[in-house]
Amino acid sequence: MIEYILQPWPWYFSGPLITLIMFLLLWSGGYFGVSSNLRSLCAIGGAGKKVPFFDFDWKEQIWNLVFILGALIGGYIATNFLSNSEPLQLSQDTIADLADINIPFQGGLMPEALFNWENLLTLKGFTIIVVGGFMVGFGTRWAGGCTSGHAISGLSNLQLPSLISVVGFFIGGLVMTHFIFPIFFNL
Amino acid sequence: MKYIKFLLIGILFGIIMTKSEAISWYRIQEMFRFQSFHMYGIIGSTVVLGMIMIQLIKYKQLRSIGGKTIQFQPKEKGVKRYLLGGIIFGFGWALTGSCPGPMFTLVGNGFSIILVSIACAILGTYTYGYYKDKLPH
Repeated sequence: MIEYILQPWPWYFSGPLITLIMFLLLWSGGYFGVSSNLRSLCAIGGAGKKVPFFDFDWKEQIWNLVFILGALIGGYIATNFLSNSEPLQLSQDTIADLADINIPFQGGLMPEALFNWENLLTLKGFTIIVVGGFMVGFGTRWAGGCTSGHAISGLSNLQLPSLISVVGFFIGGLVMTHFIFPIFFNL
Repeated sequence: MKYIKFLLIGILFGIIMTKSEAISWYRIQEMFRFQSFHMYGIIGSTVVLGMIMIQLIKYKQLRSIGGKTIQFQPKEKGVKRYLLGGIIFGFGWALTGSCPGPMFTLVGNGFSIILVSIACAILGTYTYGYYKDKLPH
């Protein structure tokens, strides 16, 4: 049993568990939608005084902030106590494609050559860490949800707006991956 | 005390996201290159089971722990905000390799640099709120 837990989990084990997370949140009086927290954090910072969009009772969202704090702690627990440090089994085609744009793969979760503090103020580092993060926060609020709120909760509830958003997510992701990455990472 | 259950659900979520490797920048690239079924399997099975679960919740009029019937807010109708906002989000998803939930789990995994991405995502959300009335919806 424990050796199975220490290995990377297959999709057919992980997917149903995420459905369980969605159920537990609903059953506890919440919902599965992570990006609402970004709006709450703006409100906590006092943004409601200047921008009406942030003038709401964020205290009703504390449960969601506690949930993402848990998601952070869960990451710590998984990597420190529930991992056998097996390298990620990335597709050989992806490894080859990324090598073509100078992004090495050494078995880790992230390309550490790109995501590190020394790299933050280089063109590539700034773009993926800062510009990418900004786009995630801007886009998710404009679209009214992220992967959890639209792709998972919204599609599960047969919401057409969520389907349109997911189509948008993929248009953006595919254009970035196939048209912008080959130019940008060869600069 | 009423928040403890949300902390525990969050911890389980962080463990699942790490062990499934869904927080991996590489897995997101693999997905956008259609070179593995892994991410599609995760999202697809979550959604198929989620559809069944939500239908059952509605049919059984299931109550939450607090005693209220579980309600679902329908999303407002529209196309522009979902498509345009979605595309911007998609750009960011491919660049950072993560969406808001995994960002927090990555910090727990030791990638402190993602704190910068979270701060920028908060700034992005603030910028949306600031320009909200000027954007098409």
